[in-house]
Amino acid sequence: MTPATKEEIRDAFRRGIAVAIAAAPFAVLFGAVAIDNSLTIAEAALMSATLYAGASQLVGVELFNHNVAPWLVVLSIFAVNFRHVLYSAAIAPHIRHLSFFEKATSLFLLTDPQFAETERRGDAGIRVTYIWSMVLGLSVYVPWLCLTVVGGFLGNLIGDPRSIGIDVLLPIYFMGLVLGFRSRANWLPVVIASGAGSILALHFVGSPWHVSLGALAGIAVAALLPLDAKEAEAPIGDVIEGEA
Amino acid sequence: MDTLFHAQTLLIIAAGAIATYLTRVGGYIFITRMKRIPPRAEAALNAVPAAVLTTLVAPAAVTGGWDVSLTMAVALLAGMRLALLPMLAVGWIVVMILRYFVIG
Repeated sequence: MTPATKEEIRDAFRRGIAVAIAAAPFAVLFGAVAIDNSLTIAEAALMSATLYAGASQLVGVELFNHNVAPWLVVLSIFAVNFRHVLYSAAIAPHIRHLSFFEKATSLFLLTDPQFAETERRGDAGIRVTYIWSMVLGLSVYVPWLCLTVVGGFLGNLIGDPRSIGIDVLLPIYFMGLVLGFRSRANWLPVVIASGAGSILALHFVGSPWHVSLGALAGIAVAALLPLDAKEAEAPIGDVIEGEA
Repeated sequence: MDTLFHAQTLLIIAAGAIATYLTRVGGYIFITRMKRIPPRAEAALNAVPAAVLTTLVAPAAVTGGWDVSLTMAVALLAGMRLALLPMLAVGWIVVMILRYFVIG
């Protein structure tokens, strides 16, 4: 192994562990929530191992509990993970030199932080090698999987999630993710349309349709609004912040 | 908890895993073959995460009881300033105070 390769491994591992630490509570949370929503520990672990996408895993598990039609659970997972399409498109120039097998395996590990680190390394003009990608990805993947199992065992011990306040963590986590997209075009109209749409749909149509109907309302608003709506956004924003 | 796996759950996880993998390779395959996405389709795709995730937040905030509604409101304010983990911590502390000290 050349010193340069050693340095790559060290760099990737250091970054990966930092991500793993930040993601650790969510892995434990996922394991606990999965058990709470009547998945087995083996199923929760399998989900972490094969999906390996925190937000969609939590969304999927949440829908399991609502007795949602299976195709809708899969569609929701797909919808939440759709951003990866944009990620893999964006990092295409950085990974083009990899072999087919290398691309197929390293893209399996593509997550928000993996995307951000790859983009940063590529933009800095440093070659994104296969070993660097895999060390970065696996040093997040392995703790994620292990902590899911830990969370699963804790979930079995916890009992009523309300008594230790776990039930609010998931909605707050999703709200945090929604806020994370707030720099996007037409974010506020989309959120208002989806929020109002889902509450109305829950009331008049019922679960699980409020998820897809609400999402559809927000997506339709984004597609129909003027493509450059910077001026329209500001006044709406003031009203909502006042209410909150 | 008598079995390790249930057939339907296993199928959903498998389909979800395939769907997720397709999103991870899809963009690369798409962009290396094509160059242009219609702007309105792009705007719609761009809105997908916020639109989907909001539907999991809004009903919970409205139908979860006043303690959940108040907690979500405080967490929203915290989320304007704080990162995800501190925001979760604030929300958790608020709901625990409400349930153990305010409700009694």
